[in-house]
Amino acid sequence: MAYSEKVIDHYANPKNVGTLDKSKTNVGTGLVGAPECGDVMRLQIEVDQESGIISDAKFKTFGCGSAIASSSLATEWLKGKTVDQALAIDNMDIVEELNLPPVKIHCSVLAEDAIKAAINDYRVKNGLPELTAEKA
Amino acid sequence: MDLKLPIYLDNNATTPMDPRVLEAMLPYFVEKFGNAASRNHSFGWVAEEAVDYAREQVAKLINADAKEIIFTSGATESDNLALKGVFEMYASKGNHIITCTTEHKAVLDSCKHIEKLGGQVTYLQVQADGLVDLGELEKAITDKTILIAIMYGNNEIGVIQDVKGISQIARKHGVLFFSDATQAVGKVPVDVMADGIDLMAFSGHKMYGPKGVGALYVRRKNPRVKVTSQMDGGGHERGMRSGTLNVPSIAGFGKACEICMNEMADEAKRLSKMRDRLEAALSELEESYVNGNKDHRLPHTTNISFKYVEGEGLMMGFNKNIALSSGSACTSASLEPSYVLKALGLGDDLAHSSLRFGLGRFTTDEQIDFTIDAVKGTVTKLREMSPLWEMFKEGVDINAIEWAHH
Ligand SMILES: Cc1ncc(COP(=O)(O)O)c(C=O)c1O
Ligand code: FES
Repeated sequence: MAYSEKVIDHYANPKNVGTLDKSKTNVGTGLVGAPECGDVMRLQIEVDQESGIISDAKFKTFGCGSAIASSSLATEWLKGKTVDQALAIDNMDIVEELNLPPVKIHCSVLAEDAIKAAINDYRVKNGLPELTAEKA
Repeated sequence: MDLKLPIYLDNNATTPMDPRVLEAMLPYFVEKFGNAASRNHSFGWVAEEAVDYAREQVAKLINADAKEIIFTSGATESDNLALKGVFEMYASKGNHIITCTTEHKAVLDSCKHIEKLGGQVTYLQVQADGLVDLGELEKAITDKTILIAIMYGNNEIGVIQDVKGISQIARKHGVLFFSDATQAVGKVPVDVMADGIDLMAFSGHKMYGPKGVGALYVRRKNPRVKVTSQMDGGGHERGMRSGTLNVPSIAGFGKACEICMNEMADEAKRLSKMRDRLEAALSELEESYVNGNKDHRLPHTTNISFKYVEGEGLMMGFNKNIALSSGSACTSASLEPSYVLKALGLGDDLAHSSLRFGLGRFTTDEQIDFTIDAVKGTVTKLREMSPLWEMFKEGVDINAIEWAHH
């Protein structure tokens, strides 16, 4: 199956690969997927606590090209958004932007899950209630 | 020599056809188009002659008699015919078949079909190196056992089974021995007499011949073996496989066998040297593992897992220039990683991280150099991007993490 140009571009030049200090209270970490399934995504956000804006985002992904591209794109989108705005990112936005074929939708779902997991981690660290499955 | 791109390293999936094979086939499309079963005119005789000649070429490569070669549409059909044909033919003797978990789907799914018809099938687990344990095999034999079906060389890992050891056990218990030798014939010396094989499947397109043609070897002496036809009709191929013979492809298949006969020894030496060089260079990468027994293996195949990177993501790093295949699920329609690698006891993570390199007649040293650099570079780059690699480097026990499975 051929990859879209955007996937290839993110794969060749991934944005925001790296690691944030997960011990900081203003850093939220989401680790989703499983090695057995062939995909693990770790996505981190750093929040400017005065403005509530995500000032930095990093990822590392074990998975196919679409999973790498989805997480790279997600970190680009996260930066500059407030945490609440970030919650609104939907996996179908990623599918559309990257032209993912149906068999690769789960890679984008993983990215959405990773965003929500990172936000939840941030919320719990800062004394906010964890968002429930439907809301999250 | 110049580097020729793209590089084809998926020769276990199919091989390019040798131009000499094409040449042997060409006369039989337009000019010599006859039906080999037409007994009453020269068109038929010419076609029959071509088939007879090819049958000799094919038989010679495996040390069989020409009469023991049944032409089919390929190894899938040969596997079906051997298993279902023996099951039907020997129904009065028993209904039990022994096979193993790393067989090709054509064998495993034929066995599943036989189970539905009331047959009993034992699927032997293989050892961690991919070899069948002969003690286990012998223990599995019952008074109802009619057939042992164990492949010669495995398509994914290249492991060659102890075929002689298996045939001795089969003989001792009066059980027939069928081997799917699709990956082995033409690559390593296969000798149905010395190996003690009663039925054997192989295919043209894995040995530089055309697609859509193959053979089933069916022993005629000591013991005389018969299979019930799975394709009924005009009674071709001694009644075991009806259908007008595919003369051009059969002529090509014969030529492919003849070329292998003459060149196999040198080719195997050349390819195993290249394969070993590739394997040694890639094994320099930390946490890389060669899958399957390294001493009993096809000369042109290696299967390597690069832990903490996923196979499909890995291939994307170079698949513009290099064609090969991965045991990872994401490359196939199913979401399960390779059942062959899992049968060796590999965790899903290692199975997802594997690449299969299948060298072939037209592979060059320059191509191997290019491949080494490309794979090494991509593995290194993707590990920098892999959360699992980071955890491994920090000493985190990945197995202790509670992963959310989906
Ligand atoms: C071991 C083995 N058996 C059977 C087959 C099927 O062969 P064919 O494509 O000729 O049907 C293959 C090829 O994929 C194979 O590797
Ligand atoms: S991670 Fe498996 S298909 Fe994308």
